[in-house]
Amino acid sequence: MALPFPFTAIVGQDELKLALQLAAIDPGLGGILVFGDRGTGKSTAIRALAALLPQISVVDGCPYHCDPADRGRACGEGCPAHEQRPGWTSSLQAIPVVDLPLGATEDRVVGALDLELALTRGQKKFAPGLLARAHRGFLYIDEVNLLPDHLVDLLLDVAASGENIVEREGVSVRHPARFVLIGSGNPEEGELRPQLLDRFGLSVDVKTPQDLPTRVEVVRRRTAFDQDPQAFWERHRASELECRTRLEAARGRLSKVQVPDAALERAAVLCQQLGTDGLRGELTLIRGARAFASLEGVTAVGDRELRTIAGLALRHRLRRNPLDDAGSSARVDRAIAEVFAT
Amino acid sequence: MNTPAADPAELWADAVLAAVIFAIDPIGLGGLLVRARSGPVRDRWCQLLGTLLAPGAPTRRLPLGITEDRLLGGLDLTATLSSGRAIAERGVLSAVDGGVLFAPMAERLELQCVAHLGAALDTGRVVVERDGLTLVHPAHFGLVALDEGIGPEERTSPALADRLAIHLDLDQVRSQDSLQNEEDERVDLAEARAELPAVTIPEAMLDALTQAASALGITSLRAPILAAKVARISAVIAGRSVVEVEDAELAARLVLSPRATRLPSRVEDEPESQDDPEATPPAPEPEAEPNEAPGPSETEEDTAGPIPEVLPELILAAAAAALPADLLAQLSQAREPRGAKPTGGGAGAARSSPHRGRRVGVRRGLPIAGQRLNVLETLRAAAPWQPLRRQERGETSGRILIRADDFRINRYQEHAETTTIFAVDASGSAALQRLAEAKGAVEQVLADCYVRRDHVALIAFRGEGAALLLPPTRSLVRAKRSLAGLPGGGATPLAAGIDAALQQALDARRRGQTPVIVVISDGRGNVARDGKRTRVDGEADARLAARTAGRFGLRALFIDTSVRPNALAQSLAAEMNARYLALPHVDPGRVAQELRREAEGAGR
Repeated sequence: MALPFPFTAIVGQDELKLALQLAAIDPGLGGILVFGDRGTGKSTAIRALAALLPQISVVDGCPYHCDPADRGRACGEGCPAHEQRPGWTSSLQAIPVVDLPLGATEDRVVGALDLELALTRGQKKFAPGLLARAHRGFLYIDEVNLLPDHLVDLLLDVAASGENIVEREGVSVRHPARFVLIGSGNPEEGELRPQLLDRFGLSVDVKTPQDLPTRVEVVRRRTAFDQDPQAFWERHRASELECRTRLEAARGRLSKVQVPDAALERAAVLCQQLGTDGLRGELTLIRGARAFASLEGVTAVGDRELRTIAGLALRHRLRRNPLDDAGSSARVDRAIAEVFAT
Repeated sequence: MNTPAADPAELWADAVLAAVIFAIDPIGLGGLLVRARSGPVRDRWCQLLGTLLAPGAPTRRLPLGITEDRLLGGLDLTATLSSGRAIAERGVLSAVDGGVLFAPMAERLELQCVAHLGAALDTGRVVVERDGLTLVHPAHFGLVALDEGIGPEERTSPALADRLAIHLDLDQVRSQDSLQNEEDERVDLAEARAELPAVTIPEAMLDALTQAASALGITSLRAPILAAKVARISAVIAGRSVVEVEDAELAARLVLSPRATRLPSRVEDEPESQDDPEATPPAPEPEAEPNEAPGPSETEEDTAGPIPEVLPELILAAAAAALPADLLAQLSQAREPRGAKPTGGGAGAARSSPHRGRRVGVRRGLPIAGQRLNVLETLRAAAPWQPLRRQERGETSGRILIRADDFRINRYQEHAETTTIFAVDASGSAALQRLAEAKGAVEQVLADCYVRRDHVALIAFRGEGAALLLPPTRSLVRAKRSLAGLPGGGATPLAAGIDAALQQALDARRRGQTPVIVVISDGRGNVARDGKRTRVDGEADARLAARTAGRFGLRALFIDTSVRPNALAQSLAAEMNARYLALPHVDPGRVAQELRREAEGAGR
């Protein structure tokens, strides 16, 4: 397998990198939508994250690689722990990062009857799909706006419920499927329905850097990497390790980060000001700010954390004329300025 | 090698050189975009490229409209059915691994296909998750996109063009030039391929290419990265191990010039550069004489080490001298309607592909009369019963026994997609003061179309005639931009506007979509179809156009923008069989509502 570009060697794209790290710290944030220009390194950043993530402990032989700490309680058919087979074991594994390729069919996404077994031996066995493979990890869809609507609906639904229920051709299976959904795309090639926008936790707009020094640095690093990936990796090994350690530490202390009432109130006022629909925006804002505090090693969520996360968590939820492209980031900024002035 | 290629004979020489460069590292370069009508020049060029490619490397042609299973790979039906177990078959992308894929009529590739090609070019592999199969195949290849488009609107998708290093325009090459064979200095391609990995590019050279790209208004960073690769290949051809100025100049000419979206004017504006801002090369007009461009790099020929201080200028000058002669014309054409910053891939715009009724699932049923059998689901349905049926029939072979109630057929979306075609009167008559209001109404409707995922096209008519500002698209960003940039004023060629809308509607119908026409005007046409500006003829022609449109039984809405509802507009609406709405009495929300009714009616 070819080496991915190191995460910490990516120039600029700070918002995207931050969002990815937050999702790695708190997978419950609800996915990331990355929209932007061509050739901005959207895919590079997401694939790079995979190489960086710390390993997780999994039950050996479980098709859903579930957490041994759960003792299979929430797992499904085929899991040794769930079926209480004596002497089941566990081991460390890389966090799964699963690509959902364009042109994937529904049977491979949700899973279906194992055709080979059925044809040759007449056995009815469930062949898990991509959703099972992505459990506890990341599911990445490039060009999410080109995916058929019914598949996008299905994915978001499973991502929200954390469970995949399959009822087709005589198979009836339910299994856990908690993953961070990352969708990327280019709005010039068609957009997502507004109903779907709001289902993503965070949203990032990526733009090609315009200033020359940044551009020069991007080209330098990419060329150096293409010419000798191994050497390039060696040069960034230390920073990659440091970033991984930082993420691991942040995951560990996430539950200890306090959210004071004052912060809850601020978040509520901010969302009210912006007129976001429902509570999803508020909850994501608080969760995101908490993950950010944890990343920064801060013990309680304060104004600074809320400010940093507000754009990521809210900009795609503003009830807006979808044509008003001038506005959402600016509107969030204005609301922040007003709310935090007091 | 470093004389600019404005001379037609040089164009062919450049095309030959590009073929050699590509043949040395087709995979690293992503590919070539060759804009050329099918003809002797293109044939000779393709033939030449064929002789240059590495022996034994596979080549394939990508047929237009290739299905996903043939492109990516999928279930081999014959083998699966005869053997009784799932057997995969490779697609074109993995079959061409290590070789070169030719895509004729690249400008007509569908959006889905472009996305697959892009993913394969980026990752060097195909991942298949379909038909119950999971396959990962290596797919490293170079793509030769043969773009046969005419005019700036018909272009290879910018997303694809962005990934292909060298862009050539063979239409400018004269046929007699292409007869000259450049056999004299034959490059040892095998040796060049072997030595390429060791060739390095100095950082200053890299920076200069990046700067030149910025100065030419190229947003995508893939361009300078690909230019650096071309420069390294140019060096290896010349037998060098380090890239020199002339290599970078050639790369600028082949990679950067064709992507330019503006004339270089402010290369030294950027903060980082230490060079004297006064030293900016005088922005050459695109039709500049070739010998006007500075070519001082000959002096560097023998000194391998030092890099001239004016490097960015040299490289930019080389790129500028090779700018396509019609760049300005192209830019003004392409940018005016969009009214926004140029995008990375050039002047063209991606067309959205027509979806002929999307597959939404399968159901039990016999594959009769146009119903499409879904083989895989049929097999799945039959599979669990095989042991039982074999027993019943006393069968011992591996044949699969399928019965009528196993059959599964594809279910398609019941509603055809709707394309809403707006014909907006942007003339100076009564409409001008109401143009803003009309825009407001259109925006409301657009928002609605967006939720329903309809396609939207925008036609504006004013002055001489009608212009298609936006071909049918689902991109709201583009629709919004076109609308914002809509100028007002001039006479009212209403007939031309209706004709253009009808044309679009019939095109949409041919693609299997359901068109809805929305005319927004005060109905006071004063330009005849022949362009003459008379009220009498203008009105008569508008009536004629409306009557013609009415005959096709299309859904239509006529929104009257005059201050008071007027009889003229009403009668035109009647001729068109269109629902009539007078804007003064309806708010934009109502317009959207009416349109929804039309669209729903049309979808049935």
